[in-house]
Amino acid sequence: MTERTIRDLLAEHEFFAEMSPEHIDLLAGCGRNVVFPANTAIAHEGDPAEHFYVLRTGRVAVGIHMPQREPLVVATLGPGDVLGWSWLFSPPYWRFDALTTQETRAIALDGVCLRAKCDADPALGYRLMQRFAHILVQRLEATRVQLADLYGKTHAG
Amino acid sequence: MLAERVSEPMEPQPYRVIEVRHETADVVTFTIEPTPGIASMDALPGQFNMLWAFGVGEVPISLSGLRPGGVLVHTVRSVGTVSEALTRLHSGEIVGVRGPFGRGWEVETAEGDDIVVVAGGIGFAPLRPVVEHALANRSAFGRVVVLVGARRPEEMIFDEDLLRWAVATDDIAVEVTVDAAGHDWSGHVGVVTELVGRARFDARHAVAFVCGPEVMMRFATRSLQERGVPLGRIRLSAERNMHCAVAHCGHCQLGEYIICRDGPVFDAARLLPLLTVRGR
Repeated sequence: MTERTIRDLLAEHEFFAEMSPEHIDLLAGCGRNVVFPANTAIAHEGDPAEHFYVLRTGRVAVGIHMPQREPLVVATLGPGDVLGWSWLFSPPYWRFDALTTQETRAIALDGVCLRAKCDADPALGYRLMQRFAHILVQRLEATRVQLADLYGKTHAG
Repeated sequence: MLAERVSEPMEPQPYRVIEVRHETADVVTFTIEPTPGIASMDALPGQFNMLWAFGVGEVPISLSGLRPGGVLVHTVRSVGTVSEALTRLHSGEIVGVRGPFGRGWEVETAEGDDIVVVAGGIGFAPLRPVVEHALANRSAFGRVVVLVGARRPEEMIFDEDLLRWAVATDDIAVEVTVDAAGHDWSGHVGVVTELVGRARFDARHAVAFVCGPEVMMRFATRSLQERGVPLGRIRLSAERNMHCAVAHCGHCQLGEYIICRDGPVFDAARLLPLLTVRGR
């Protein structure tokens, strides 16, 4: 049985579905396999954001630390999702906490390495930015729907 | 022997409450049976009854379960005077029932296809009979996918059914999500429409059954379409202010449709344009 490389795993992942083989090769050079046991903090709000994670298995809870209150989970991510977009923007720091709720396997992509490759190859940077913009739009839309408090009482009867 | 009385559409028939289950702080499921001499009704998944809390009033409530022997299950959320009275019913008490009314989900027309159930909040109630029908006739359908959203974990209805389906049944996929939760919640957090993109089903050969707040149904329909489910294969259940339930009073008119007669279940191709009209 042949072992699948980082490149293979990225090429199979939904997030990179429309990217060219050449760009996948470039991205793979910045990646490494990681495994987080359940209940592991992957990121804390305010920490430097040096990586983003392409999730392969497991589940990650994205939450907000609430002083003197229980932490609030605002989203969960799983296989097919990407955790972290903070590395794209300067200064790169995590905007949320991220905690695994199950053992989670992922590919960690190094933000410094990626930014350098995107600067050198604007086409790669543009494709990657398109993918992240799509995710940001989806999450913004989901947040708006959550804010609408859809399941509240709207009528009497 | 008493002759069985056949229900007149405007005449409530007395049913006895035989079981009450408190789903959440304000949602109650009660099981009723016809009192002696009352004919059983032939109800279908997706239809609704008009339920009378005697001395208080009448409201339309979807069937959340169909049991042998004419036993019916309804799930009510306390949102006003009548529904609040219904949630305070006890076993042995009598409730008035008119029905069944409306066009149901017509689950049998999805035979041979995958079934995708997308439910939000109390909208899960009229969809439970769809899942029960699919499980009772399992070989007639392809994949069965159940996606349910609620505001908070403690507001998830039918949690025992969901757990039983998820754990004990190999060939049904159940995913639940809430809008917000603490770290003690092991399910998803996010809107139910996000689950559509992650679920495994054959989009071109699937029929989707969607019920929940209208905004949720709009977004769910869009997510299903993005997955490749044709609009004509998406069914939505509309909730409007049904009063007479026999298409006379016009209270539940939506555009060209009288919901109590033409619905409450519609193909998304027919209903969706009306759900996006502002001011309705």
